Amino acid sequence: MPPKLLGRGAVQIRWRKVATSPRRWGSSISQRPGSDSVRFPGAVNSKFTTQMSFVKPADIPAIPTYRVMDSDGVLVDTDRGPPDVTDAEVLTWYKNMLTVSIMDVIMFEAQRQGRLSFYMVSAGEEGVTVGSAAALSPDDVVFAQYREAGVFQQRGFTLQEFMSQLFSNKNDNGRGRNMPVHYGRKYPKMHTISSTLATQIPQAAGAAYALKLKALQNPNHPASVVACYFGEGAASEGDFHAALNMAATRSCPVIFVCRNNGYAISTPTLEQYRGDGIASRGIGYGIDTIRVDGNDIFAVYEAMQAARKLALEGGPGGGRPILIEAMSYRVSHHSTSDDSFAYRARVEVEDWKRRDNPIIRLRKWLERQGIWDEDRERETREDLRRTILKEFGAAEREKKPALREAFTDVYEEMTDETREQMQELKRILQTYPEEYDLRQYEGGADSL
Amino acid sequence: MTTAPPALVRRLLLRRPPSFKQPRRSHSTAPSPSARLNLPIDYKTTPLLHHTPSTLSGATDLPQHATTKRLNLYQAINSALRTALSTSDKVLLFGEDVAFGGVFRCSMDLQTEFGSERVFNTPLTEQGIVGFAIGAAAEGMKPVAEIQFADYVFPAFDQIVNEAAKFRYREGGTEGNAGGLVIRMPCGAVGHGALYHSQSPESLFAHVPGVRVVMPRSPSQAKGLLLSAIFECKDPVIFMEPKVLYRASVEHVPNEYYTIPLSKAETIKPGKDLTVISYGQPLYLCSSAIAAIEKATGVSIELIDLRTIYPWDRQTVLESVRRTGRAVVVHESMINYGVGAEVAATIQDGAFLRLEAPVKRVAGWSVHTGLTFEQFILPDVARIYDAIKQTLEY
Repeated sequence: MPPKLLGRGAVQIRWRKVATSPRRWGSSISQRPGSDSVRFPGAVNSKFTTQMSFVKPADIPAIPTYRVMDSDGVLVDTDRGPPDVTDAEVLTWYKNMLTVSIMDVIMFEAQRQGRLSFYMVSAGEEGVTVGSAAALSPDDVVFAQYREAGVFQQRGFTLQEFMSQLFSNKNDNGRGRNMPVHYGRKYPKMHTISSTLATQIPQAAGAAYALKLKALQNPNHPASVVACYFGEGAASEGDFHAALNMAATRSCPVIFVCRNNGYAISTPTLEQYRGDGIASRGIGYGIDTIRVDGNDIFAVYEAMQAARKLALEGGPGGGRPILIEAMSYRVSHHSTSDDSFAYRARVEVEDWKRRDNPIIRLRKWLERQGIWDEDRERETREDLRRTILKEFGAAEREKKPALREAFTDVYEEMTDETREQMQELKRILQTYPEEYDLRQYEGGADSL
Repeated sequence: MTTAPPALVRRLLLRRPPSFKQPRRSHSTAPSPSARLNLPIDYKTTPLLHHTPSTLSGATDLPQHATTKRLNLYQAINSALRTALSTSDKVLLFGEDVAFGGVFRCSMDLQTEFGSERVFNTPLTEQGIVGFAIGAAAEGMKPVAEIQFADYVFPAFDQIVNEAAKFRYREGGTEGNAGGLVIRMPCGAVGHGALYHSQSPESLFAHVPGVRVVMPRSPSQAKGLLLSAIFECKDPVIFMEPKVLYRASVEHVPNEYYTIPLSKAETIKPGKDLTVISYGQPLYLCSSAIAAIEKATGVSIELIDLRTIYPWDRQTVLESVRRTGRAVVVHESMINYGVGAEVAATIQDGAFLRLEAPVKRVAGWSVHTGLTFEQFILPDVARIYDAIKQTLEY
């Protein structure tokens, strides 16, 4: 930030006068003789020391990773009871993870066949998204990055909605304007995804502040939080810094969920940061922080549930941001435009796929509970595959939105300029009909 | 917490800082002793301001028979913000240093009146301020975010261009939007602001569909346009305040709530031989240049204030130029790809057969605002006078 000479100068000119107000002195009582701790306004709880030692990140143990079950689906701490969730709920989670996973395979292949322009799978991260979303209430608001299909699935986004968005057809909530996997929903509110990384993080802080104010201003307003998802790569953006700092200073009830999957496209975390992951930064902002095993859906769920409770503590609307760093591994390619074997070993990926994976882990748990077996697995997979393909076919055959939608919603009301441009396009389409194939678009040129 | 009596603080704060005192300092622009055109603007007599309530009640877009108070621009902004905060619980005001009143005094006393939940300081992060404001707007609030100087809006450019502007479009059927958002920022030259306290980036925002860009020229206009931006406009608004006018321009401003429509230009002065189109502070320079040339030659010049830079009122401008046949566009920011380029192109497209001379643009040169060179870089009365003269003589 450059110095704001004029502004700062203007402040200084008035400073001596403003200082007659006692509250401006509150944080700047000068040092008392013999004091053993700092009275500088910038760090009020710091003790003086005569030992000169730099704080070395390497000397601080890495933040531990919370887990409930191990990679064989066995409860690790037998002193505690099993997770407080009904079998029916856990089965729903499992099916939601499977749905996302099967949809991923089908849509990735469909993109390869050129039937949709783009796709991003979330293989390996279904536990983070489904598990965290399961702890949210329907009034909570979600800001996502793009690899959170599990959040949408768990919060009731239908297969028809997924497919309509992926095929940009006339039923797409986004009216065919966004790239595939940029989902959005009105209720439960999940803001439409934008490609720009990390921009949603300060927005989530502001949205949480708005929810808090609504609860403060209206006792009947449900206490709700904002959940904000982003990857460890996005956390390098300036918006991450801005957001966590603002959320902390304004006491916003927002839960930041970082999916640390080891890679940002081709960049491994060693080239992304040198600190103890993302979690260690939360503490620096004065934010309560936890690191969890993202392949353990119970650990994610419990952490998210506790985070939600903490965020809402302290009066109407709540008053605290929370950071959860969920560790996982991006099993898939970054997107359909990426071949990840160009920068990482196939064997490494296979290892994660086979040995530790949130779906397999939960399946093992379910089998140990005696509520799942090979037959049910096969039946469910076939059933899900059939349903997804049915919605796939229906969405692919559906018409594209009316051409008019290219011009609406730029402003609340269409400007005269836009109206003229729309008419000009119509004239072109009518003058050169052989140049354009409008059959796919609802209403053809007449919608303009 | 106790505070000094507001009246005392206000009186102390109202004292002018040295840089606004006359005579001007050596680092500021000094008029040539023999100048007849490039004289300091006399804001006390300019016809652009309502020096008495009587002219105000005759003005279009302003409430008739309103009780009024003489306010300068920062006081009018303060009055608009106070009106907004008391009109709706949804209005929030935040930015760097707004809690104690703001470095330009626009938010004076508002935290005391409306509480620290609704009027507050943010950390020093422009991208954070705008991102936070977008999020609050997306949940139905009406955040008024302040960027301390327009020169420092660029860290928030991504949030404005990619997020605020595209929010409604990408949400589509979910009806999500950031329409409640207003981003205020002081802009323009101030005599000694150099590179980073002088900029007017309006044309950068005018290239972005989805945001509205507004710049008032006077206290009464600022209040009406700002209230309109907050309450009547459902689109994100970039509200640019010419900071040189904060203390300099003083006029009668209605005390009540009133709004001035966005995207509507105002014909300040009718004329039949040439149309001058401008906005913000240069309108005062245009007014002086027009007075001088009308006196010297007997021509009659029309002066139009765009008020909203995008989406702008093309009809009013085209209708005027079709009548006068000649046009000069004036603005402070650089000429290259500036607002004048869009206005001139629209005129040649929409009034081609009526044009009797090329559309002339008077604007900042395509350089940075070097401290000691300011008066030679930005448009002044002489340059506007000359452009009008050349266009009339073409």
